[in-house]
Amino acid sequence: MSSKSADIPNSAPLLRAMTDSTKAGQLPDGLTAQDLKQMYEGMVLIRAYDERQKKLQRSGRIGFCVTSTGEEATQVGIGHALQDQDWIFGYYRQYGMMLYKGAPITELADHLFGNRDDYAKGRQMPAHYTNRRLNFVSSSSVIGTHLIHAAGAAMAAKYKKDNAVITTFIGDGGTSANDFHSCMTFAGVYKPPLVIYIVNNQYAISQPVSKQCGAETLHLKGVGYGVPAVRVDGNDVIAVYNASREAFAKARAGEGPTLIELFTYRVGPHSSSDDPTRYRGNESDQWLSEDKDPIARTRNYLKSLGLWDEAYEAKIWKDAQNQVNEGTSGSEKKPEPDWNSLFEDVYAELPPALARQRDELIEQESEFPRQQEGEFPL
Amino acid sequence: MAQMTLLQAINDALKTEMRRDNRVVVFGEDVGVNEGVFRATEGLTKEFGEERAFSTPLTETGIVGAAIGMAVYGLKPVPEIQFADYIYPAFDQVVSELAKFRYRSGGEYSCPVVIRTPYGGGIRGGLYHSQSPEAYFTHTPGLKVVIPSTPEDAKGLLASAIRGEDPVIFLEPKKIYRSVKGEVPEGEFTVPIGPARVVQEGSDLSIFCYGAMVEPCRLAAEKALEKEGIRCEIIDLRTLYPVDEEAILASVRKTGRALIVYEAPKTSGYGAEIAALIAERAVEYLEAPIKRIGGFDTPFPYTLEKIYVPDAIRIFLGIKDVMAFE
Ligand SMILES: Cc1ncc(C[n+]2csc(CCOP(=O)(O)OP(=O)(O)O)c2C)c(N)n1
Repeated sequence: MSSKSADIPNSAPLLRAMTDSTKAGQLPDGLTAQDLKQMYEGMVLIRAYDERQKKLQRSGRIGFCVTSTGEEATQVGIGHALQDQDWIFGYYRQYGMMLYKGAPITELADHLFGNRDDYAKGRQMPAHYTNRRLNFVSSSSVIGTHLIHAAGAAMAAKYKKDNAVITTFIGDGGTSANDFHSCMTFAGVYKPPLVIYIVNNQYAISQPVSKQCGAETLHLKGVGYGVPAVRVDGNDVIAVYNASREAFAKARAGEGPTLIELFTYRVGPHSSSDDPTRYRGNESDQWLSEDKDPIARTRNYLKSLGLWDEAYEAKIWKDAQNQVNEGTSGSEKKPEPDWNSLFEDVYAELPPALARQRDELIEQESEFPRQQEGEFPL
Repeated sequence: MAQMTLLQAINDALKTEMRRDNRVVVFGEDVGVNEGVFRATEGLTKEFGEERAFSTPLTETGIVGAAIGMAVYGLKPVPEIQFADYIYPAFDQVVSELAKFRYRSGGEYSCPVVIRTPYGGGIRGGLYHSQSPEAYFTHTPGLKVVIPSTPEDAKGLLASAIRGEDPVIFLEPKKIYRSVKGEVPEGEFTVPIGPARVVQEGSDLSIFCYGAMVEPCRLAAEKALEKEGIRCEIIDLRTLYPVDEEAILASVRKTGRALIVYEAPKTSGYGAEIAALIAERAVEYLEAPIKRIGGFDTPFPYTLEKIYVPDAIRIFLGIKDVMAFE
């Protein structure tokens, strides 16, 4: 990978590792067989979680879900390069990084159900995870707003000499949003330890990337801001890892930010409310093929190294599915947050007007408990 | 007349106005091929082509800012903001630019942009797909703010907004997009911006409401009559700015009691404006303190949405409360 990659012309090739024939049959630099298997298993777990989310949504047990099928390599490749002190400012599609960093399924599932144990206390729609322990920062639904927060956090990390890298993520569509530009401006001027990932899955709901941006590739958006940029095959977990490792090392060495465009594909719908056949027909089918699907590609690579067999495959899927089933069924049984919690966390201390509103509600609830939703209990 | 949902009525208004006036253009995120995430723009690209109905890049500032430029140049843009919660990235363009163009140019330029956007709770949308931002816009001179609650009004008010010469924030109560159905006149049809609608007449208490709150108010009033013999008058404001002051005052003068219901956070919500109007101009007719029922002063929740949004029970208790004052 060239560190002068902001100079890459429009027709910039995608940086790849696994499809490079010289690599087949040999371990990539800096990665052990154990690393590769861990990455493969990480991707399998994300996919198993997504399959489960879809089932829960279809059977009406959760209201909404977001999947990242087809984008597993983006999360695992980066996750493998992160250190404990690093931070993640993501949007709704990066929960796989939390899983890869070791969050138990239950922690994610508690959020899907918005139950009592959800870190967000059932306040956000599903797919707006937060996890302070893992430096995974709570996100808004408003596209792009978190990017400039990440730049600020990176400036703070630099000031505090924490040796932390701040990562932040945005979709191809999100690169049009205001705050992307503010983030890039700050990144270019202050050169903080920030790595900005554009997860180019080629659609922003129905809008194809060609109608989102007039430039040929999105990594070019680094040039104008003075932020070195590269374009990477986002379905190649090793390439994602390599690019991240290099960018993180630069950031830790005080050499400033990097923009990384990850070229990938959103195989599923935008969310459970979306019907992608309306705008792209059955195009997505081909992206689960052996040469594109990040999981299939890694599997083939493991095979070429003699690290894979059917028994291993069966075992890791079974483990992942068990983990996912156990974690989600536990969360499903937990009650919803106490309705009193509605008034918590608005301010550090409850203001009088809000306390009065709460007390009125307590009084009403004791008079007319809401036993059956939708029914008039009087 | 045809039976339509609120959403179909909005679609019908867009089609009718686009046929009538080729200056009308519709755009926003996913409004083209996908026909809007709620399908409000169904069939528009097919009938009018990509030049007049198209999807934009993901930038609300861009959407509103470009609409302003088009309007200044003579078109009638009707941009869609996918959820009202996403109007904030464009807030500066709305309040600093759109609202002020006519005034700051001494009337040389106007900005007849109609921003349509689904708003409000009731669909399990959590923090960022449920907000009711009307008060920000009624607080901004230069904007009209319109909120329909029936399919007929949705069609007629939207048509009037498009035909007008001022910027309009057209807030669509998405909770009732599909659940509310009604007769809608076919073809060209308008409902004037300004006048309120009397949902039902009554002599004991006036309820002022709009959008998705009209239905629970009706239900609560029905129960109040059945259980307590209280006769409520219900006024659907329809237009929040300019609001129908005379309709509000006339109703309070008749009943002597006022309850205002809205789903935005109570403090500094639109209800405060109605309460102040009544206090300024009809206080001598009041037989009880004015009461506001709103959402709580918290961000909009996900799991506990059913407690946050005023429902018929809370409204019923509010009616009893106002009536209990001697
Ligand atoms: C400011 C704002 N506008 C609109 C939306 C509605 N919306 C949610 S996701 C989305 C598309 C995002 O696409 P992209 O950035 O490419 O990310 P992807 O979902 O493809 O990963 C839109 C328009 C929003 N959440 N925020």
